[in-house]
Amino acid sequence: MKKTFRFIITFGLISCFIQVKSQDFIQHAQVSGTFQADAITYVNDKSLHINDSTLNGKRLGMNGFALIHYDYKNFSAGLRYEAFLPPLLGFSSDAEGSGIANWFVNYKVGDFEVTAGNFYEQFGSGMILRAYEEWTLAYDNSFNGFRVKYKPTAGIYLKGLIGYQRDYWVKYTDGNRGIVKGINGELNFNELIKKMENSPFRLSIEGSFVSKYEKMPTKTIIRPIPPEGSYEVYQYKLPENVGAWSTAINIGYSNWNLMTEYAYKNENPSALNNYIYHKGQALYSILTYSRKGLGIELSAKRIDNMGFKSRMEETENVLDINFLPPLNPLHLYSFATMYPYATQPNGEMGVHAGIEYTFPKNSFLGGKYGTNFSISYSLIKDIKKEALSPEIPIDSTGTIGYSSDFFAFGDRKFYEDLKVQIYKKFTPRFNIIAAYFNQVYDKDVIEGHYNEYGKVYANIGVLDMTYRINDLHSIRLELQTLFTEQDRGNWMGATIEYAIAPKWFFSLGDQYNYGNDNVDEQIHYYNISFGYTHQSTRISLSYGRQNDGLLCVGGICRFVPAYTGFGLTISSNF
Amino acid sequence: MKNIITILLFFFTVFTLRGQDQKESTRSSNLPSVELKTLDGKTILTDTLSNHGKPLIISFWALWCKPCIKELSNIANVYEEWVEETGVRLVAVSIDDPRSSSRVKPFVDGKSWEFDVLLDPNSDFKRAMNVNLIPHTFLLDGSGKVVWQHTSYTEGSEIELIQMVRKLNQGQTLQE
Repeated sequence: MKKTFRFIITFGLISCFIQVKSQDFIQHAQVSGTFQADAITYVNDKSLHINDSTLNGKRLGMNGFALIHYDYKNFSAGLRYEAFLPPLLGFSSDAEGSGIANWFVNYKVGDFEVTAGNFYEQFGSGMILRAYEEWTLAYDNSFNGFRVKYKPTAGIYLKGLIGYQRDYWVKYTDGNRGIVKGINGELNFNELIKKMENSPFRLSIEGSFVSKYEKMPTKTIIRPIPPEGSYEVYQYKLPENVGAWSTAINIGYSNWNLMTEYAYKNENPSALNNYIYHKGQALYSILTYSRKGLGIELSAKRIDNMGFKSRMEETENVLDINFLPPLNPLHLYSFATMYPYATQPNGEMGVHAGIEYTFPKNSFLGGKYGTNFSISYSLIKDIKKEALSPEIPIDSTGTIGYSSDFFAFGDRKFYEDLKVQIYKKFTPRFNIIAAYFNQVYDKDVIEGHYNEYGKVYANIGVLDMTYRINDLHSIRLELQTLFTEQDRGNWMGATIEYAIAPKWFFSLGDQYNYGNDNVDEQIHYYNISFGYTHQSTRISLSYGRQNDGLLCVGGICRFVPAYTGFGLTISSNF
Repeated sequence: MKNIITILLFFFTVFTLRGQDQKESTRSSNLPSVELKTLDGKTILTDTLSNHGKPLIISFWALWCKPCIKELSNIANVYEEWVEETGVRLVAVSIDDPRSSSRVKPFVDGKSWEFDVLLDPNSDFKRAMNVNLIPHTFLLDGSGKVVWQHTSYTEGSEIELIQMVRKLNQGQTLQE
């Protein structure tokens, strides 16, 4: 009887609720979404050594996703479907499959916001926690769990989260995966204190704490001990909980701004650091000055053993809890990105300086339409590592690994990059961008080889000219050249584009590796492509040869193998 | 006892839901509500973005996106004239990650861009607006409703954009 009564009451309430709300839920809700599909048909190519057996029957690759959002006032929900059938060449075979990759519900009540399901998050600049998604790399380390945000008053922002991270299609119950917990607080004094609201002095501070829990197996190793010739069985002490914290301060006055963030991670022996007990530290500092027509930026960074994944044994591009922002800026021309830098989580130290300047209109160098000038320089080296004792080599597994002076650069140069660029508008219809790059690239360190290749020294020149035939028709010619005596030698490239705004786009390009020592490898990487855009729908078709290399977005790089084929991309939203 | 708690919780939920309805009317736009940062570090809610009843352009861009920078540079050249003629306001939302978000301000100042620039370092707004490829430009009417959008940029596309703004000001429907 009691049960029936309870049932009736509950049922009655639910139906009342649904009647009241359902009309609104349908009438006033917004449903929106987006999708993208990238497909490539691969063809045999003798020059690239691609034939039936290397393709292994996978002549067509397709990466696609669709996202649907439902919004109703303070409530929102979403679903993300993904399909890699099979994944395009160069993507992890773990991506293969299809299904609901992500879902979430989000609700805001007053100053609270609650998210359940999958979410992306970032504490500070991400050095101890950042979950994000990058489609071009099929990278997604989103959390699956709960997140609460709370804003008790203007200028105070609090966040807390708990969850586990996405590892392609692997279920949580299959395979070992840690649970991540984190809290973050931000205090913005300009918002908090009424008097400071419009002050030229700006101050905000931020603090975060992250902890990973992971069930640890018993792990042993047989290692040599003194005297020479004797060995012991060593059992690792693997912490089930690893904590990390970070603190950041941002101070600004008028045109000046200084942001500094420091992060610390407890000992975290893992496959990434060869199971050493070294503590992790990171410091990132950036000073900027800017006014109209001038922007200056100086930054410095030190990273020491800051790899942090939610699976101890993981070494692939998955399950990263944190993100270590690279110091060098991304370049926009293909030859300048042929030797891209990727952050070295086990240790690096670098500086960067950049200036952006616009010569005013009607000045000597500015001319009638102004001239834009930019220069940027980055240097990234190893940190200084000292052996703990003469008998124990640096990075020996099961030890603290090494000692390191916080402010000392190591001897090995990982990367150096100088960029000088001028943008000049000659007439309202004609402009030129000219750029020069000088790069030093430690191929062994960045690509993970064992002292096989050495350093690559490259000089790159770019000339990018755009001419507007009339309001809607334009033509662009891009010439690039790369000189190096190492790796694959010299390159030259040309691309010509014809566009009819806002819908049509056509381009023809070639990159020629004429300087390759191996005559058979002196290949033309030609490409022809066509694009059509209607509002937010874009279709592009291409045919050509893709050069192999690292594709880097943000701090993550993916190796793209060479291929020849037809490509099709469709993207739209509603 | 348990039942009473369940029922009370239920009523509570319903009332908070209803209570929120009234709060809604203060929202000035139909945009999803997501937190963005201004270039001097303040937090701003996207559903408060408005242009006082006049058209608003929201353009997603990033430092690593060449066509985006072309688009914004070309708009910057004519922005003053656009504002004078149509009263339009442009908000350029940078989706740069923490690697480069602190470089956005010196870059924007160095380029002498006059429009507003906001930061979306966690790409929350990008996802909420269903943006895949950038540049992606939205045109909102005076009530904050998206009436037109365009993805990608080729030289001259900004002419279509300002024509749409003019049509919107004249009360025409935005058909191409």
